Amino acid sequence: MTHILRLMALSALILVTACSNPGRFGGFGGFGGDGAFDPNAPGNGADPASDPTSPAFFSQTIGDRVLFAVDQSTLSPEAQLILEQQAIWLMSNADYEAIIEGHADEQGTTEYNIALSARRANAVREFLVARGVAGNRLRTLPLGKERPAELCAEERCYAANRRAVTIISTGPAALS
Amino acid sequence: MRFLVVLLAALWGLAAGAQQGPLRLEITEGVIEPLTFAIPTFEAENAAASDLAEQVTRVVASDLSGTGLFRELPATSFIAQRAAFAAPVRFPDWRAINAQAMITGAVAVTGGQVTVKFRIYDVFSGAELGQGQQFVGTEAGWRRMAHKVADQVYSRITGEAPYFDSRVVFISETGPKGNRRQRVALMDYDGANVQFLTDSSSIVLNPRFSPTGDRILYTSYETGFPQIFVLDVATVGRRSLDIGDGSMGFAPRFAPNGRTAVYSLEQGGNSDLYAIDLASGTRQRLTRAPSIETAPSYSPDGRQIVFESDRSGTQQLYVMPASGGEARRISFGEGRYSTPVWSPRGDLIAFTKQTKGRFAIGVMRVDGSEERLLSASPLDEGPTWSPNGRVIMFTRETLGENGAPSIYSVDITGRNLKRIELPTAASDPAWGPLQP
Repeated sequence: MTHILRLMALSALILVTACSNPGRFGGFGGFGGDGAFDPNAPGNGADPASDPTSPAFFSQTIGDRVLFAVDQSTLSPEAQLILEQQAIWLMSNADYEAIIEGHADEQGTTEYNIALSARRANAVREFLVARGVAGNRLRTLPLGKERPAELCAEERCYAANRRAVTIISTGPAALS
Repeated sequence: MRFLVVLLAALWGLAAGAQQGPLRLEITEGVIEPLTFAIPTFEAENAAASDLAEQVTRVVASDLSGTGLFRELPATSFIAQRAAFAAPVRFPDWRAINAQAMITGAVAVTGGQVTVKFRIYDVFSGAELGQGQQFVGTEAGWRRMAHKVADQVYSRITGEAPYFDSRVVFISETGPKGNRRQRVALMDYDGANVQFLTDSSSIVLNPRFSPTGDRILYTSYETGFPQIFVLDVATVGRRSLDIGDGSMGFAPRFAPNGRTAVYSLEQGGNSDLYAIDLASGTRQRLTRAPSIETAPSYSPDGRQIVFESDRSGTQQLYVMPASGGEARRISFGEGRYSTPVWSPRGDLIAFTKQTKGRFAIGVMRVDGSEERLLSASPLDEGPTWSPNGRVIMFTRETLGENGAPSIYSVDITGRNLKRIELPTAASDPAWGPLQP
């Protein structure tokens, strides 16, 4: 009994070489609320948070974030109090713009959390716009569960992660 | 070129003929006892091939054993340790150790070119299963040749289409949980040959292979905001899709024709589904609802789309025509359902299910009936199908400060759950096609 070996040439065993194109990456630097904007960076001695026109005052004294219930994007009375102050600050510091990051806890799938965090960020944006902040100063950034602020697997961490964070993104110096 | 075509035709002929073989393993829920096989280390036909002969043999054995459907007999049980590839097989020696199948092979390396020959035997009937075959390739591609041998063994014995010579695109993750560095990466189906396709400067999500494996769609934050990119696998060149007016897009997936993509577009906090012609950029809106519509996946014939929506109040699965229109809900069990993926055979939909604070991967028929859960943990999500629709990979993440995701695979019978060994944490796998 004879067997004929049939030949098959694999024409293309070309494996793609891993290679990236770092020159084209760039752009947006800080994610995540905590530490994404460092109000103490200049370090000129005085506490910048004591200056009510400073972004540090916004993030530390007013509060840069509001929290949400599970699966929800409605603004609680506590959240609305903070956002009222955020709106006043933005109205009186018109040179600044803001990015509103939306976030979700990890108890959900990736795609849903992106969509849910977009709803949350948009709820904040609509509130600020309704209080008079120009819409073209506010952009939303849905981050899903990709950048948790707290890492534990308990409700206290999940609650802190279901948030929208208003990040003051452009200082007056950048406009000059 | 003509040479190659003739040989491919011969290979297809073999695959069809192999289904008449007497040794047959039916992959059903009834398979409990794996089929035993003996694979003596392949013969090295020249000195340069001695290491590679051993390595190829191990990969073939690992592919087969890794399915849970086959069990390798240890070489220590062999009566005859090695036989020349050309010599007749002494079947009584292999029957004596209860080998049901036997695989012999030979490897030669000449001038950087590797030749792998193999034969498969049904030990009890004493007959060859199909015909001997030979693969020729580069030394760098030796694992693919081993996978091709194992694919032949698998398909000749089970009658199923194979899947070992395939790749998976996924997200490689490093760094602390609060600030993960993510890269789009490729691996062989077994976790070997990891290659990075993007750097780690941006969040990247949802990588998805084109039907032929030549391109990858994914979501990237490299502009600062989520946008959909298409990446050419051969050149690693990429471009963002123009989904319109600075809108944000995510959850992309190719249509079976490879020319259209479906995705979620976010506007004013609301996410709906759109389709885009990749060449012309023509866009079509598929859903129009204030609820979240996301995670779309086409049926293999391209005529329908399964997706998740929270229009009922919680995430559930819906099927609609690929051109949009009325959607019918298919998930009715307890809990919430998400990330549906249509099987390549068209008969099943894999999904993520959340109930009572836990996550599971499951499958159901296209009408939502016969739901079966295949896994459960504090955080399992995002199934993807093997090219033959027999195996599912998904992400399993451990919780807490030191938690990290890994990629797991499981048979659609729920058996053979295992972690894919990778150099970094890894998530969101998407299985590519069987390679030609």
